[in-house]
Amino acid sequence: MDIHEYQAKELLSNFGVATPSGALAYSPEQAAYRARELGGDKWIVKAQVHAGGRGKAGGVKLCNSENEIHEACDEMFGRKLVTHQTGPEGKGIYRVYVESAVPIDREIYLGFVLDRSSQRVMIVASSEGGMEIEDISAERPDSIVRSIVEPAVGLQEFQAREIAFNLGMEPRLVQQMVRTLQGCYAAFSELDATMVEINPLVITGDERVLALDAKMSFDDNALFRHPQIAELRDKSQEDPRESRAADRGLSYVGLEGNIGCIVNGAGLAMATMDTIKLAGGEPANFLDIGGGASPERVAKAFRLVLSDDNVQAVLVNIFAGINRCDWVAEGVVQALRELEIDLPVIVRLAGTNVEEGQKILAKSGLPIIRATTLMEAAERAVGAWRNDLSQNTKMRAV
Amino acid sequence: MSILLDRDTRVIVQGITGRMARLHTKDMVEYGTNVVGGVVPGKGGETVEGVPVFDTVKQAVEATGAEASLVFVPPPFAADSIMEAADAGIRYCVCITDGIPAQDMIRVKRYMYRYPKDKRMVLTGPNCAGTISPGKALLGIMPGHIYLPGNVGIIGRSGTLGYEAAAQLKERGIGVSTSVGIGGDPINGSSFRDILERFEQDKETEVIAMIGEIGGPQEAEAAEYIRDHISKPVIAYVAGLTAPKGRTMGHAGAIISAFGESASEKVEILSAAGVTVAENPAVIGETIARVMGKAA
Repeated sequence: MDIHEYQAKELLSNFGVATPSGALAYSPEQAAYRARELGGDKWIVKAQVHAGGRGKAGGVKLCNSENEIHEACDEMFGRKLVTHQTGPEGKGIYRVYVESAVPIDREIYLGFVLDRSSQRVMIVASSEGGMEIEDISAERPDSIVRSIVEPAVGLQEFQAREIAFNLGMEPRLVQQMVRTLQGCYAAFSELDATMVEINPLVITGDERVLALDAKMSFDDNALFRHPQIAELRDKSQEDPRESRAADRGLSYVGLEGNIGCIVNGAGLAMATMDTIKLAGGEPANFLDIGGGASPERVAKAFRLVLSDDNVQAVLVNIFAGINRCDWVAEGVVQALRELEIDLPVIVRLAGTNVEEGQKILAKSGLPIIRATTLMEAAERAVGAWRNDLSQNTKMRAV
Repeated sequence: MSILLDRDTRVIVQGITGRMARLHTKDMVEYGTNVVGGVVPGKGGETVEGVPVFDTVKQAVEATGAEASLVFVPPPFAADSIMEAADAGIRYCVCITDGIPAQDMIRVKRYMYRYPKDKRMVLTGPNCAGTISPGKALLGIMPGHIYLPGNVGIIGRSGTLGYEAAAQLKERGIGVSTSVGIGGDPINGSSFRDILERFEQDKETEVIAMIGEIGGPQEAEAAEYIRDHISKPVIAYVAGLTAPKGRTMGHAGAIISAFGESASEKVEILSAAGVTVAENPAVIGETIARVMGKAA
């Protein structure tokens, strides 16, 4: 789960990480009022969306007056911010964060991630702050400092010092850097984060080490023990179909194609998408309905897949291990009757009780296209979608 | 014996009183697995599927001589159960549980390092379908009837995709020595490399099939190990060619975040290491048959 910059800053400051003073606003008027409260004569207005690359996309504005704050906010509120991380649909701006501008001497990149090679938490830092880490690794790989934290004892002071000195920091600033690093690590491990990124971490003209931006992601599997983090979820930043699926215990990712997929198991779901592509089609989604594909789950899955208007055919691929094909077949028949689906539906069943399952599909009298192998299913789905397409075109021509 | 598991391996089920655990215990017993007991704190003295339940893993080991364990415990308590098994002298543990916090798994792995390598428990999973040595024993939730006994060693991250591969082999009359699910989580007990090492030593295994997917460095690490240390033919399939970057595809571990983590990059790295790659999931069985010289 992702959270907003202002939320991440609040959490990190509880762990001793210093941040510029700032305040949240839900309207241009409120933003101007917040700026007056903060004082000073230079502010940064930052769109709160769950994505990086805001600056280049016009989501971060330096303002020198309340008027400029109004103007910046008018351009942001209600708009969709499109950055290189949001996809073409962008993310809606409903909150802005107003922050006092600080004079910057140096910018540093700082990231904490779960490193899958060492299976531990890794700290990644670079003297080239402000750039994306991908660009830093491509252009200035020698500037990157890495350090792995031993989980039994946590981040040690010498490790934090090493990072500070390797970044070329002045000795008198090292203690502030150590506090920042230890604060971030404590937040990461105590709150079950999967990522903490401060980009940039800045050294100000008056020699303070401040987190100018902050991003945090959390382990969905650990939210049960952090209700205060779970509350920070902002559904306006999520794909509505994906959040609806998640609320129903289904794993769904929307894609660009038009063949809807309903599959049990994540690996098989990806393999099904790959096979559709190979057969000349494009999958409309990834959907894993899990091991126990009950009739209710199958019906929920159909509803979810069909809520995407681009879907022109639906491919169901179930390999029954724990459950039985006859049971799944009944679920499919029930869903098709209830939902009155008029798109081509292709069903491939395999595994336990497959013959009984096929019989149920055949007896239903519904126009279900059956397949026995994965390749056959994908080819029939692509074929059905193409037929459907050409029929529609003919009808339009008439 | 087969790698990890045999006909006589004494097995306990942690969390045996749960509904799914009971169901699968029954299936395992019917398959011929030597299930000798179960563990649920506070339920010692009960009986499930004809086997005794104990309060602690240590008690179960003392009373039954259990060597292997299947963890069916809910996510918040699963990491603790794995560590309890490791401490009680269990030799091999399969964790089925899906949804264990990543940092809990980091702690589990760190905890297991307190034992010297020859006494350290082997863990596969979490979030996997388990391990089967067809015709001998089943430690997991897979349907036993889709596997024939034979000489192909299978290692896979995904459960149902592993079934797909086994079913394609069965259709061609090809059997499996052992199939090991390593699971779909970012922090897992055993990697492809760990299991490859065992299959290389295993007399019953002639060829090895690796079923990978997007995300993580373990396929690339395996490729390097295969190039330098594996003499047996290896066939691989990698799921997720159509998966977009930066999106989690169902498994917590299936997300492309670095170079070498996309399906096409993994295919390239594995091919360069001499692995025969099945280009799509429909030809996994066919590719293995061809490599074994059994194709028509």
